[in-house]
Amino acid sequence: MNNDAFEPKIVAFLCNWCTYTGADLAGTSRIQYPPNVRIIRLMCSGAVDPTYVLKPLLDGADGVLIGGCHPGDCHYQSGNYKARRRIIALKEILKSAGYDEDRVWLRWISASEGQRFAETVTKMTEFLKEKGPNPMRQKWAV
Amino acid sequence: MRIIIPVESGDALAAVRGFLKRLLEAEVVEAVLVPMETPAGTITPALVADPDLLDAANPLAPVMGLNAARVAGHVSIREPRGRIGAVLRSCELRALVELVKLQQASLEDLVTIGVDCLGTYDVAVYNAMRADGGVDLAAYLATARSGELAPQEGYAFRDGCQMCEKPHVEGADVTLELFGADLSAGIPVTLPDEMAEKLGLSPAEEDGRRAEVVEKVVAARTQVRDARFAEMRQRLDQEGIEGVFAACVRCHNCMTVCPICYCKTCLFKSPVFDHEPMQYMNWARRKGATRLPADTMLFHLTRLNHMVLSCVGCGMCTSDCPAELPVGLVFRAIGQQVQAVFDYVPGRDVEEPLPLVTFREDEWMEVGEE
Ligand code: SF4
Ligand code: SF4
Ligand code: FES
Repeated sequence: MNNDAFEPKIVAFLCNWCTYTGADLAGTSRIQYPPNVRIIRLMCSGAVDPTYVLKPLLDGADGVLIGGCHPGDCHYQSGNYKARRRIIALKEILKSAGYDEDRVWLRWISASEGQRFAETVTKMTEFLKEKGPNPMRQKWAV
Repeated sequence: MRIIIPVESGDALAAVRGFLKRLLEAEVVEAVLVPMETPAGTITPALVADPDLLDAANPLAPVMGLNAARVAGHVSIREPRGRIGAVLRSCELRALVELVKLQQASLEDLVTIGVDCLGTYDVAVYNAMRADGGVDLAAYLATARSGELAPQEGYAFRDGCQMCEKPHVEGADVTLELFGADLSAGIPVTLPDEMAEKLGLSPAEEDGRRAEVVEKVVAARTQVRDARFAEMRQRLDQEGIEGVFAACVRCHNCMTVCPICYCKTCLFKSPVFDHEPMQYMNWARRKGATRLPADTMLFHLTRLNHMVLSCVGCGMCTSDCPAELPVGLVFRAIGQQVQAVFDYVPGRDVEEPLPLVTFREDEWMEVGEE
């Protein structure tokens, strides 16, 4: 496939208090970033069940971004610390089950880091363009 | 204290039954949870309060139809409850430890009675053996002495048992130490001193044979395990999980029989996965076709994420898969890798928190900061 024509699809689960607000700030500040990301707002990164990440990946999304508050800043104290462990386990499982674990990104982005949000989406989009489409796009027998 | 239960006329089973009866009669416990022979000749766990009925107890029968940790949870989870002696194999004890951490069992009023495991058969195999000449219990128990564990000629142990490197009991209140013992003469048992006193038992000498035989069994089984893990990892790399689980019929047996799967109602049996008819159409259009029932690999990957850190390798999932898929092998092979990341060994220590409910602030500090 010609990767220039390939536009990756990214599903992002963002915590309400930090990363979602950061994304909003990127928008209101008119910071440019690729339109490849579909944002789903959750109350906390700690509310991301592994199933939420797996479902889009198996359906053919090219990447999943999980965004939360920086360590120490979670509005529910420890949601992001637990999310960190859960995502580490998830990536290890994906890897050992024969999938690309690097399609899953966890990033801490605060409410004031609109610029960091835009950069993260830009980097992720470039990375996935380089990597190519998720093979799951073609696989119906999952 | 280590004692020896004397075995008369080579009948080890009678000696074990006698020991369990003593526990009831001396009121060490009020009931015993133990595998029992049903009138039909099959084996099932039962909670036994009447010592006379322990004549049907058979914790030495080489069959495992379910992991009894789950039922040990049922009888212990909340007060008021009885004081129960639970006779369990090593994989059941490990599962029990995990269930305590998952708040689905309690050790408060439980006396765990662990029995070294010489290998078990699937229920269907066990029944076939009974129909066809019978199960030679004496020959089976004789393998404990040397540790050269082998199934009866013409039959195979459960897949999970073949690669089980932890068949020996660790950390039980009472341990029936089969490994290294001449079970036609006596059964070595370790138990708390005050319990031995209550039972009027006196200490026997330690001969160190069990440790020696356990080491040998562990080495042999580890070799099998590692070979099978390597094979499975290669398959997973090549075919992915959708290749290995291609024949799955989504019966959910693997989840139902897993002693660890802890959700009261599985997400995959909940309305979350009752999709609208048009949703299936959309999926079919997007990929050209969509497997039904939908979300089959999602089911397996979710189960891995929810419980693989606690997988004790009992192999019940493999035993009960109608499609004969190597479910337990997949879970064990992946489990080993994920458990290593968190330096976690399921069943090791009831005080050790589950990796996904605990955290440290100063770990994996680089994650999320790129
Ligand atoms: S996943 Fe299979 S091997 Fe692991 S604990 Fe559950 S039933 Fe036993
Ligand atoms: S027991 Fe086997 S066929 Fe049934 S859901 Fe599990 S893997 Fe699929
Ligand atoms: S509220 Fe943002 S990670 Fe918990």
